Amino acid sequence: MLTLNGFHCSEEGCAEEREEVPGIMSEPPSSLITTATKAAGCCALKERSVSKSTPVIQRLDSTKKSRPPFPWFGMDIGGTLVKLVYFEPKDITTEEEQEEVESLKSIRHYLTSHTAYGKTGIRDVHLELLDLTLWGRKGSLHFIRFPTHELPIFLQMGRDKHFSSLHSTLCATGGGAFKYEEGFRTMANLKLLKLDELDCLIKGVLYIDSVVSSGQSECYYFEHPTDLERYEQKAYNLENPYPLLLVNIGSGVSILAVYSKDNYKRVTGTSLGGGTFLGLCCLLTGCSSFEEALAMATEGESTRVDKLVKDIYGGDYERFGLPGWAVASSFGNMMCKEKRDSVSKEDLARATLVTITNNIGSITRMCALNENIERVVFVGNFLRVNTLSMKLLSYALDYWSKGQLKALFLRHEGYFGAVGALLELSNPC
Amino acid sequence: MALSGGRVSGSHSMDKSITLPPDEIFRNLENAKRFAIDIGGSLTKLAYYSTVQHKVAKVRSFDHSAKETDGDPLYEISVQEEITARLHFIKFENAYIETCLDFIKDHLVNTETKVIKATGGGAYKFKDLIEKKLKLKVDKEDEMTCLIKGCNFVLKNIPHEAFVYAKHADSEFRFQNTHPDIFPYLLINIGSGVSIVKVESEDKFERIGGSSIGGGTFWGLGALLTKTKRFDELLQLASKGQHNNVDMLVKDIYGGAYGSLGLTGDLIASSFGKSATTDKEFSKEDMAKSLLHMISNDIGQLACLYAKLHNLTRVYFGGFFIRGHPVTMHTITYSINFFTKGEVQALFLRHEGYLGAIGAFLKGAEEDNPNQYSWGENYAGSSGLMSVSPELNPVQRARSGTFDMLEMDRLERQLVNLPLLQDATSYIPDTMDLTEDALALKRAVASQKDQPEAAERAEKFRQKYRHKLQTLRHQPFAYGSLTVRSLLDTREHCLNEFNFPDPYSKIKQKENDMALKYYLKVVKALEELSWEQRQFILVKGLLAGNVFDWGAKAVSDVLESDPEFGFEQAKQQLQERPWLVDSYNQWIERMKGPPHKCALFFVDNSGIDIILGVFPFIRELMIRGTEVVLASNSGPALNDVTNTGPTPNQKAPSVSQEQTHFQAALKEDRLALVQSGSSSPCLDLSRLDKVLATVVRERGTDLVIIEGMGRAIHTNYYARLSCESLKLAVIKNSWLAERLGGKIFSVVFKYEVPLKTHGEH
Repeated sequence: MLTLNGFHCSEEGCAEEREEVPGIMSEPPSSLITTATKAAGCCALKERSVSKSTPVIQRLDSTKKSRPPFPWFGMDIGGTLVKLVYFEPKDITTEEEQEEVESLKSIRHYLTSHTAYGKTGIRDVHLELLDLTLWGRKGSLHFIRFPTHELPIFLQMGRDKHFSSLHSTLCATGGGAFKYEEGFRTMANLKLLKLDELDCLIKGVLYIDSVVSSGQSECYYFEHPTDLERYEQKAYNLENPYPLLLVNIGSGVSILAVYSKDNYKRVTGTSLGGGTFLGLCCLLTGCSSFEEALAMATEGESTRVDKLVKDIYGGDYERFGLPGWAVASSFGNMMCKEKRDSVSKEDLARATLVTITNNIGSITRMCALNENIERVVFVGNFLRVNTLSMKLLSYALDYWSKGQLKALFLRHEGYFGAVGALLELSNPC
Repeated sequence: MALSGGRVSGSHSMDKSITLPPDEIFRNLENAKRFAIDIGGSLTKLAYYSTVQHKVAKVRSFDHSAKETDGDPLYEISVQEEITARLHFIKFENAYIETCLDFIKDHLVNTETKVIKATGGGAYKFKDLIEKKLKLKVDKEDEMTCLIKGCNFVLKNIPHEAFVYAKHADSEFRFQNTHPDIFPYLLINIGSGVSIVKVESEDKFERIGGSSIGGGTFWGLGALLTKTKRFDELLQLASKGQHNNVDMLVKDIYGGAYGSLGLTGDLIASSFGKSATTDKEFSKEDMAKSLLHMISNDIGQLACLYAKLHNLTRVYFGGFFIRGHPVTMHTITYSINFFTKGEVQALFLRHEGYLGAIGAFLKGAEEDNPNQYSWGENYAGSSGLMSVSPELNPVQRARSGTFDMLEMDRLERQLVNLPLLQDATSYIPDTMDLTEDALALKRAVASQKDQPEAAERAEKFRQKYRHKLQTLRHQPFAYGSLTVRSLLDTREHCLNEFNFPDPYSKIKQKENDMALKYYLKVVKALEELSWEQRQFILVKGLLAGNVFDWGAKAVSDVLESDPEFGFEQAKQQLQERPWLVDSYNQWIERMKGPPHKCALFFVDNSGIDIILGVFPFIRELMIRGTEVVLASNSGPALNDVTNTGPTPNQKAPSVSQEQTHFQAALKEDRLALVQSGSSSPCLDLSRLDKVLATVVRERGTDLVIIEGMGRAIHTNYYARLSCESLKLAVIKNSWLAERLGGKIFSVVFKYEVPLKTHGEH
């Protein structure tokens, strides 16, 4: 019953190559076939898939009706970045191949054959989820991002590639789904299915965590976060996640208390987020990208910029249990002209990062106490390649809560909203 | 640091070559002891204790058991010296520290003092200088402890200390009343960093949290971003900026509001978010504003999270970030409102800058046990609430330039709530807050200015009072809400200041003499009336007596032009029934019933009012079997009957029958004379002499009578008591009469019976 075909066996992950392989099957391929040849991590996935295996006929009957037509996108248009997830089907039959319209093919090719799009679009290849089964189809989930201000170029491309001829709705979340709805319609003739970003965020987190359950664990934490020698990234099992405090650090920050799959509330938020870090860094150091700002921060020393408890009290402020190393006043040393003249751009970038990160940690800790939740999951693109902030958050939460709180992180940090939006494709309104 | 180098405006040119006007700033230094100093980043606050000599009026009564001679005064008022304790607090810029220390050294005569308590970040820096100059040993005290001690002290002792700031309301400052139970509260001190302190009792407090994003962040980051060095200048920049040029708002992301979460489009989604995505130059003003919002919102949010976690609703803000700056008070208030949806109010303190100095002083004065006394702000010696930054709030400053003062007098008695107040926490003595009513404010301040001053009043008093009025015109909120009460209190404090112990004593004496001679006739006439008629005449007598009020211009005009104007004429002046407010019928019905157990009577004027109006009235009450407690002012106020003034047993000799009556009543304790604890023509039922409160409670008082415009109209008109009350007054100024919808000499007769709810009593 199960038929192997050539392109499924492609091991190198080169999409173009795969797609050029002509299909020879008479039956539709089963999404349940797992080649299990990629990585050790796929074993579990295989088991899971096999365990869910159903006859092909049944799949056709039961899922074809509700299965949305290709292409499968989910989009999260934030204040700074647009996050796009794209499901690339890898079980395309010859029949499908022949039927596939040119524009669909072109989009698939374009997205899967590049890792960078234009000057600023990037596909996070390391996050790609291989051998994923979605709505009965097997394929890869790709994670792509580009700056929100490049959205017009994206729309232009959508028009050039006749995206609108494929199907009429595109699932989008984030504020931009609302702001640019009109733009999508006029510029690319696309109708958006607008979705609430927090609903999508939670759906996305739960989904990704459920499909990635072995190998490089989705959820992890830091052990000994401040010890350069000993710190270790360790896998964490999020099997029984509730109640959970979910802290999404994008341009701004939203803090959600999640009690079950569909029961959550937004506890609070803060405007001091990733946008603030980058914005202040741009103004203070003249840098122009997040990566640049982070690189500078890594080199700098915040204690030259911040006023520490020991700068004021000579040591610990014992009466109030404040350690000497704690920051008493962020940028406090900058009140003094001589010190302003003696700090480097790197120091300023580092201080900005530390200030924003500690503040998020502090507000998070208070929310956790108020909501009586001990598990905190941090997500959002502020944490992308930002081990510095993750370690700071881990340490701050652990120290100030005397070990009560645990900071958890997810590998697909910024993409959950987009994944949640993608999942809504099967529920057309 | 933060020297006033940037100040070049004319009014401050004297700052550099300062010569201290000694009698204005470091007052009463001769007797000063117990010094304390709080040296902050830019301001120094000095505190000391001293004593002042006051002249007070005392009554000397003559022995009248001998045969009366016509024309002899019945009693004489003499002036005596009295010493009272006063606390002085002076605030000045650190730049003047040396000049000030020199000045103090030169004027300090009586120094048994050996140490000076010091607190604040600068205490260490200036330690040697202080020890060298003053020859006092510097004794350091913990900053936070001092802060909390000071905070407790002002909250307990200064009426209208705390206020809510509302930028766009008719009155920017909404003052809170003093309550005896100030605990627990949260104090958010925003210095260079932020400390969040939970205060549970006088001695129990805990730093429950804090944040490194504070005033230092605004200053430091602001200086980097705008190349502006001074804190004040940064605030000024911020007040001119538009934050939405720099911040990413919800509508920048959503195109509008984020409806499902109730987040409006104007909400900041990401502070400085636009500077991350836009390649353009940002103005200094806009960046400063964005920074101010970012920091204020962050502090407000943390404050709310801590308040929620510890279940506290009273949250006070202080520290140099706040210190009288309207800009920061506004942003913090906004933030608190936003994050608590109005459940918690941000409270600020008028004397916030003094807390550390007050606390350090109290630490040093523990053996004097200052907390066992009640203290009151002396409006004559205090500068009131002012912005520390004249550029932001250009008002005329006192001659003393950048010097700011607070003086507090020790009150003879401890002040407490009247136990009969229905709800002490919501009691507001003042009927009208003049600061909320622009027209009334203008009228009230003008009325004080135009008041003809008696010839013998010194020019100095005139100047000082004028100056205070000027301050109040520019800053009506300087001493808390401006009310008729606070205006009249300012006047009393100024009079005392220049040793007018009781400027009306001569008039009082003359009036009392006249009245006493007429008393017997009045009583006789009353006895010939039927019960119903007598009750009405008694009430009319109370009201007529009330027409004699030297504080009101209309009456003093009549009295001065026609000295024969008497009691009968006054009665004829009264409005005919029905009165403006008239519950006389209910009162009479009540009087037909069983007698009251005990009546508390707050008397107003002396002379005709008390002798011909009040005495016959309480005589009737006593005959019915009601005990009477007469409460009069402790200090002299206008021509109010003072406790040292004539009492029934003093004038009794002229009327032998009555002598027995009142003396017996006093002896049998059916009549008690107590001090109200106030020296104001108005009445604050939340600050009454503790003895009075005890007497009221012990005797089971079930009727409170408040008479006079100041006590029953300007204050307490809406006061709700847990027992029956009678508020009566004649409206003696046309402005107030108009506001109440009547004419001059309209009568207010307000008899109220509390709604008894289950579970009460």
